[in-house]
Amino acid sequence: MGIASKIRRLFHGGVHPPEYKDLSENCGIEAMPMPERLFVPLHQHIGAPCDPCVSVGDKVLKGQVIGKPAGFVSSPVHAPTSGTIVDIKEHTVGHPSGLTMLCAIIDTDGADTWLDTLKGIDDPMNAEPSSLRDQIRNAGIVGLGGATFPTFIKLSPPKGKVAELLLINGVECEPYLTCDARLMEEQTERVIDGIHLTLHALQTKKCIIGIENNKPRAIEAMQKAVADEPNITVQALPVMYPQGGEKQLIEAVTKKQVPSGGLPVDVGVIVHNVATIAAISDAIRDGKPLINRLVTVSGLGINRPANVDALFGTPVQSLIDHCGGLKQETKRVVMGGPMMGVTLHYMEAPVTKGTSGLLAMTAKEAHEEQERPCIRCGSCLQACPVSLMPTEMAWFSRTEQFDMAKDYNLYDCIECGSCAYVCPSNIPLVHYFRFAKLSIGAAEREARQAEISKKRTKIKDARVVKEQEARAAKKAAMKAKMAAKRKASASATKKPAATDSTAAGDDKAAKAARAAKAAQAAKAARAKKAAASGDAGGDDDKAAKAARAAKAAKAARAAKAAKAARAAKAAKAATEQSE
Amino acid sequence: MAQMSLNVISSPHVHGGDSIPKVMKTVIYALMPATALSVVMFGWPALLVILLTTLSCMVTEWVFMKIRNRASTLDDYSAALTGLLLALTLPPHTPWWVCVVGGVFAIAVGKQIYGGLGNNMFNPALIARVFLLISFPVELTTWPIPVDIFGPASYGLYDSFAIIFSGDYGSLSMDAITGATPLGQYRMETGLGKTVQDALYGLYNFDHAQVAGGLVGGSIGETSAALLGLGGIWMIRKKLITWHIPVSMILGCIVPAGLFWLANSTVYPDPIFHLVTGGLVLGAFFMATDMVTSPVTFKGQLIFGFLCGLLTWIIRTWGGYPEGVSFAVVIMNTAVPLIDQYTRPTIYGAVKKTEQ
Ligand code: SF4
Ligand code: SF4
Repeated sequence: MGIASKIRRLFHGGVHPPEYKDLSENCGIEAMPMPERLFVPLHQHIGAPCDPCVSVGDKVLKGQVIGKPAGFVSSPVHAPTSGTIVDIKEHTVGHPSGLTMLCAIIDTDGADTWLDTLKGIDDPMNAEPSSLRDQIRNAGIVGLGGATFPTFIKLSPPKGKVAELLLINGVECEPYLTCDARLMEEQTERVIDGIHLTLHALQTKKCIIGIENNKPRAIEAMQKAVADEPNITVQALPVMYPQGGEKQLIEAVTKKQVPSGGLPVDVGVIVHNVATIAAISDAIRDGKPLINRLVTVSGLGINRPANVDALFGTPVQSLIDHCGGLKQETKRVVMGGPMMGVTLHYMEAPVTKGTSGLLAMTAKEAHEEQERPCIRCGSCLQACPVSLMPTEMAWFSRTEQFDMAKDYNLYDCIECGSCAYVCPSNIPLVHYFRFAKLSIGAAEREARQAEISKKRTKIKDARVVKEQEARAAKKAAMKAKMAAKRKASASATKKPAATDSTAAGDDKAAKAARAAKAAQAAKAARAKKAAASGDAGGDDDKAAKAARAAKAAKAARAAKAAKAARAAKAAKAATEQSE
Repeated sequence: MAQMSLNVISSPHVHGGDSIPKVMKTVIYALMPATALSVVMFGWPALLVILLTTLSCMVTEWVFMKIRNRASTLDDYSAALTGLLLALTLPPHTPWWVCVVGGVFAIAVGKQIYGGLGNNMFNPALIARVFLLISFPVELTTWPIPVDIFGPASYGLYDSFAIIFSGDYGSLSMDAITGATPLGQYRMETGLGKTVQDALYGLYNFDHAQVAGGLVGGSIGETSAALLGLGGIWMIRKKLITWHIPVSMILGCIVPAGLFWLANSTVYPDPIFHLVTGGLVLGAFFMATDMVTSPVTFKGQLIFGFLCGLLTWIIRTWGGYPEGVSFAVVIMNTAVPLIDQYTRPTIYGAVKKTEQ
């Protein structure tokens, strides 16, 4: 601890904004009155949205599944309390795009009756690790640090990868937020129990709890709790945003960097947030699904800052009312932390699994400055924890040179906002990066669409060609028939010219096909004629001719197939190139 | 397709508080001690030159913004800073029209035709100085001997106006009041076959400490390496610039100078001479560090700075002009995009990826 706290920076870049933790760090965790109506989004995690599995009018019990996961990377949603589903419809949520989302709207009945089939795991420390993971999955637990990635996936390392270290993220590097700190202080047991269970689920021995120095009480509480457990240590870290970023924390604690595009487990580390860990304890001991979380309500614009235990679906307005309402000077309400949070336009937006804070910011705190041109001061490069070149990325994003933006590692950007925080020109850099990512995403979707329609056109073209060929063949057949008729009437033993030309030009597939067909047709015509005339004398001759014609037809078919295969290959190469 | 909102309210919602006006003002403050000393040293004419260039820069900026129908950018102080920097590279008695042409050129050609602040390729003040030096060599190389503003021989306010606006020195003879700069002296005299020692000590009473303190002839801002250096260090402490460019530029000049001096001290002056004369310190701390026209990466800054210094020394030693800082920096400005492109930092996790 001593050494760690002396070094100022344990990862590249970063910033140290005013902390404002004092507003709420002394406010104990409090419950709030049950809201009359909850707006529970069916998509509160990274991954596929849930399918609703209740209908309007249904009575639901607390803890009952109301949204079933759709796909592997997904997570169920449970009813946060008992009541009646009054509607399932699109409703405003705190999302950067300002989009609405499918929400189950529950009128609460005030009884708060639990579903009675929820059960914990008996003696979990001797249970199969996979049963723990299943329990965690069914409880709908996702990363509560803000990323909301389904937790069970992070507990199942890919084959061949071993988690040597469980790193607990108690950093809470976003200014204002204090709910993780309060959790570690007040509910230390829950966190420690969660750590033991998670270690067991991962079959890992070693655990480090990373906490920033500005939370001395949390550090002390945790240190005391693990005093006689040598495999679990608390590491105090110097205060530096964004140290709570998964990759930054790994670098700060282990000095290792996760490969670009890789997973933490590639360096043998699994990171979980403290709040997630506490939720794991609830799920495994009591079978309690994830239906609530701690939310720091703070900012100079709120009358009574607090750390509130809120049910998912609680409208932001209820939370604000519970905390004494907004002050006149409030300029902006933000969901999440001030560095990465989302501006709220409607106070009906609900608390979700990703809501770590609700900030009422005044003009004093929220910056609103005129954007000026980039002066290439390089401050953003120094601040970027990923060592990117934000100025270049922003330039290429703004001028829509997205390939260049990607070349400058746009997709390694964690959108932490450090660059925009220091930019003297007040350039909304993160906004440009999001714009670029959205545009690239849209363009890729478009390209995929175009590819599909191109394939369709190709199939159609092929059909048209085939039809044309068929028509041509028919015509040729007719002609051949006529010719054959004439020739046959002239001399039944004369070899038809068509057969020879077929053998010579067998790489001209279409022509060959036509010729072959003509030959066949001629043969058929001859056979017909022969049959009609009842002339059995020319049988041998005819049989030889028929054999030749069949051979030619086969060669033509083979040539056609080869050509088609070549064309298909070329088309595939073209699509691969365009992708 | 995603549309950019006009009213951007994107994270982060807090800001460190740095701004372009603040940045520019800090640079101006850092220049103040050296500027003040120059005015004391050279008297009112120097102040007139500073005011003339600054005003003409600001007026030009204003006019351009009007023409382009944009909000005035005078409030970002960048034009004012350009004007001040330009003045510091000019002789203390520069005629008014040279000052005005320089100021207009700096903003119009040096900055606005590229699209304004942030888009210019060259340091506006230096490109203007280079332009003036080539166009008006006589005016740009007439170096008055410092005359203490409080001393008995100082120019009065009326005389000062006469000097700047009509070139009228009254009864004074030009020869009596002008002299060579140390660098000019060194080039001229060694060019005639004298040793460095004879050139400098014999004829000019050269004294390192005196030069560093600003008590010799030269352009307005070249006079006090010591105060300029202090201002620069203050900027580094304020985290406005980093040490990379100043240090590498100074080393780029004095390291080769030192090596050659060790090899033959009768032909090559010592490194300290190079450090305290001319515009090396001004260039290293205030010109080469111009954010718009210098690399953004640390590695790039080191390369850029070192080459600026090296070029300066080469021009001083063998070039067609006795002073090479402006040329060196302007030449290196053109290489900045290339340097930035080849010195991209290694991103988080990139090394491991290639190992895999
Ligand atoms: S911090 Fe802002 S002004 Fe400076 S280089 Fe980055 S984007 Fe440009
Ligand atoms: S938002 Fe992206 S570019 Fe900016 S500092 Fe964070 S990681 Fe770097």
